[in-house]
Amino acid sequence: MARRHVSTTINGEAVDFLCEPHQTLLDALRDELQLTGTKEGCGTGDCGACSVVFDGRLCCSCLILAPEAEGAEVETVEGIATGGELHPLQRHFLEEAALQCGICTPGFLVAAKALLDSNPDPSETEVRFALAGNLCRCTGYDKIIRAVLDSAAELRGEA
Amino acid sequence: MATAENGSSEPKFRWIGTRPVRPDGVDKVRGRANYGADHALPGMLWGKVLRSPYAHARIVSIDTSGALAMEGVHAVVTAEDLPEIAPEESKIGEGPTNYRDLSRNVMARDKVLYHGHAVAAVAASSPAVADRALAHIEVEYEVLPHVLDGDDAQSPDAPLLHDDLYTKGVEPAPERPSNVASRVEMGRGDPERGLAAADFVVERSFRTKAVHQGYIEPHAVVATCGEDGRATVWASSQGHFMIRAYCAKLLGMEQSQIKVVPAEIGGGFGGKTTVYLEPLAIVLSSKSGRPVKMVMSREEVFRATGPASATRIELRMGCTRDGRITGAHARLEYEAGAFPGSPVGAAVMTLFAPYDIDARAEGYDIVVNKPKVAAYRAPGAPMAAFAVESVVDELAAKCGIDPIEFRLNNASKEGVQSTFGPKFKRIGNVETLEAARAHPHWKAPLAPNQGRGVASGFWFNGGMQSSATVQVADDGTVCVVSGNPDIGGSRASLAMMAAEEFGIDIERVDPQIADTSSVGYNDLTGGSRVTFATGMAVVEACRDAVRQLRERAAAIWGVEIDGVEWADGEARPTKGGGELEPLTLRDIALKAARTGGPITGRASLTARGVGMAFGVHICDVEVDPETGKVDVVRYTAVQDAGRAIHPSYVEGQMQGGVAQGVGWALNEEYLYDDDGRMENPGFLDYRVPVASDLPMIDTVIVEVPNPGHPYGVRGVGEVPIVPPIPAVANAVASATGIRMTELPLSPPRVLAAIDESRG
Repeated sequence: MARRHVSTTINGEAVDFLCEPHQTLLDALRDELQLTGTKEGCGTGDCGACSVVFDGRLCCSCLILAPEAEGAEVETVEGIATGGELHPLQRHFLEEAALQCGICTPGFLVAAKALLDSNPDPSETEVRFALAGNLCRCTGYDKIIRAVLDSAAELRGEA
Repeated sequence: MATAENGSSEPKFRWIGTRPVRPDGVDKVRGRANYGADHALPGMLWGKVLRSPYAHARIVSIDTSGALAMEGVHAVVTAEDLPEIAPEESKIGEGPTNYRDLSRNVMARDKVLYHGHAVAAVAASSPAVADRALAHIEVEYEVLPHVLDGDDAQSPDAPLLHDDLYTKGVEPAPERPSNVASRVEMGRGDPERGLAAADFVVERSFRTKAVHQGYIEPHAVVATCGEDGRATVWASSQGHFMIRAYCAKLLGMEQSQIKVVPAEIGGGFGGKTTVYLEPLAIVLSSKSGRPVKMVMSREEVFRATGPASATRIELRMGCTRDGRITGAHARLEYEAGAFPGSPVGAAVMTLFAPYDIDARAEGYDIVVNKPKVAAYRAPGAPMAAFAVESVVDELAAKCGIDPIEFRLNNASKEGVQSTFGPKFKRIGNVETLEAARAHPHWKAPLAPNQGRGVASGFWFNGGMQSSATVQVADDGTVCVVSGNPDIGGSRASLAMMAAEEFGIDIERVDPQIADTSSVGYNDLTGGSRVTFATGMAVVEACRDAVRQLRERAAAIWGVEIDGVEWADGEARPTKGGGELEPLTLRDIALKAARTGGPITGRASLTARGVGMAFGVHICDVEVDPETGKVDVVRYTAVQDAGRAIHPSYVEGQMQGGVAQGVGWALNEEYLYDDDGRMENPGFLDYRVPVASDLPMIDTVIVEVPNPGHPYGVRGVGEVPIVPPIPAVANAVASATGIRMTELPLSPPRVLAAIDESRG
């Protein structure tokens, strides 16, 4: 099977890669581009570990075919920190112990950033529903929700 | 998130009890941390496993020629490529394991025993080629009748999984094989006499379904095996020394031929305390001459890796009118899956631990045509607690006594004879009950359709073997090397203990987890043992290094070592030692080359003095009478941590245990069709709790220090999954007046119970 050439933008950088037509964006990120921060927990869009922002929309990259990334803009966990500075979400996750094993953390950070980009002042319930597509088996979500709410407050200049 | 302090003369610590950022944290929020599936090597092949489409069948023949003839296929493995292993009990895993069974679970030999059982594996140039190759392996099966349920498995005409399995632990020894692998019995006193004297007796039968640990990271491994027979394995697991030992045993290799490098682990909860892919990856690499990577799909994780046992428990318990439990008897049947080894023994031991009562329990380990169970957080205890804590709740109600008071009236404490043998040492059972009683949650008002439940839980905690090395660099920083995968923040707690011992800033401590060739042996990450036992090894290694630092200072000063004390990161002359300027860790480290060479502290130990631990949980639920849906609306978990090294991660263990327990109580279950095929092998249909299912989970850390640990640590990871099931069930009973005894308390089941009660 001929491999497909894909030109795309990942975390603001123009990127080219070759992939098989049936390969998922998740596999292309991990296996072709070595961007292994995006994790696979299920491969069926149920766990959110592979969350990316695809043309401005929060998606499971395991449900997108790699060739669909042609001309698209993709944001992954690797793009959340800028210029050697952690994003407030990353800092609050660390300071508030919002991760234990850490395998779901990239997906939560991507999903939480997508939430705060569109809703800077979410309620606890809104955060819980916005992150309901991301499974965490370690934390019981308590510290994750608090970290997101505290990040939102900081980003609003309230903390 | 309060901390209830216990005792008056609390020692003052610089780091213990604080909340620094974990040392491995930045890599984990940046996406840089390497988990099992993140490793890759040049020229790497992809391995996949062909799995049985039947729950029970004889393997007549396997023809791999079609797969081997395909372009891009480099190796195929079946049981023929693995040595036949004689029966032998393993001593190193979590829970009983027999190497013969383990070998046959990794790759079926003669028979397949569950849907999803591995029958062959391939290594190919890509995952897609490997998948296609599996379809070209021809397996001829002779399908056999199967048995899926522990009750059916005990019937005299049940199909036998193993024709050489004779029930152990019964007198006289049975003459015929059966599916009952063993019987255990344990107890204290004469419970039947107590039951006969009781004013109230409650007798109930409880059932729970198989549930999965549900770690988000599927099993993953990369292995290389060279022409010299030496293998290197990169894998995510709860113990890389376990992987080395198991692979050596199953493949007939020496442990010195295998190096296992631990990846970051994406959750385990007991489920990664054994091997599935690792031996196959080594053999595929050996046969192909290339590195081989294998990653399970989520469906494979559900179908072929260890769930927790499905159980049936019958319990009788009686008490006097004034609330004194007079006796209890339990019969526990635990499904082991395809091979013997359910945690029924642990269940029999933990069952009555919170109570100072005469009680007996008998347990049965039963094989069925389902995947072999694996450890799951406090293995065996949550289901047993469901039975005991539900019945205790009913008895308290019959007496008209507050359920926490009722538990306090019967609570085990220091010096009490346990039902499993030893007398309890210093434990915090009473203290956790008192803290729960004092919590505002216990007296808070409830809204309509709401109910409140309380339940206790117990876990032994583990000791076992640990090793650590402490290296002092010449700039006065310290590298702490240990060998337990960090599953939830243990690097942080080990670094904090080291910083405390040296009296230095935690930023100057670098905690590392080394491969099997680079640090002394460590038993696996399990039994809530790492902060306790490996922490003890780290403390001992630090004290070894500090003794050497004092020796060096003594040599520099020309005094005896007794003339040097260590405090706040520096050597000081003891009182009366004159006007000598203190020597800092850095001062001494800089002079190490001239005073005797590098300073390295070491410790290898079998940790004694394990601190058993208790927790008490309070749960409020709201039950929708129209749909039967149960929502947890408030939750408070109280637990004796001994001493919380890093309270945030102790709270995190408690909150995570609650979430798993709530999922177990309300939604999670393995569903099988009549052919023995799991019907819900994905997170869409096997429903673990999501963020919108849960409230904040309040925690109260009680600290009754464990005298057996230098900082009083008990171990915190397992206790918190024990109380949630009965806490939820008791809350549902309080909300509806209906005693539910079968899990999960899913909407259809709760609605049916409500409809039935309405007549």
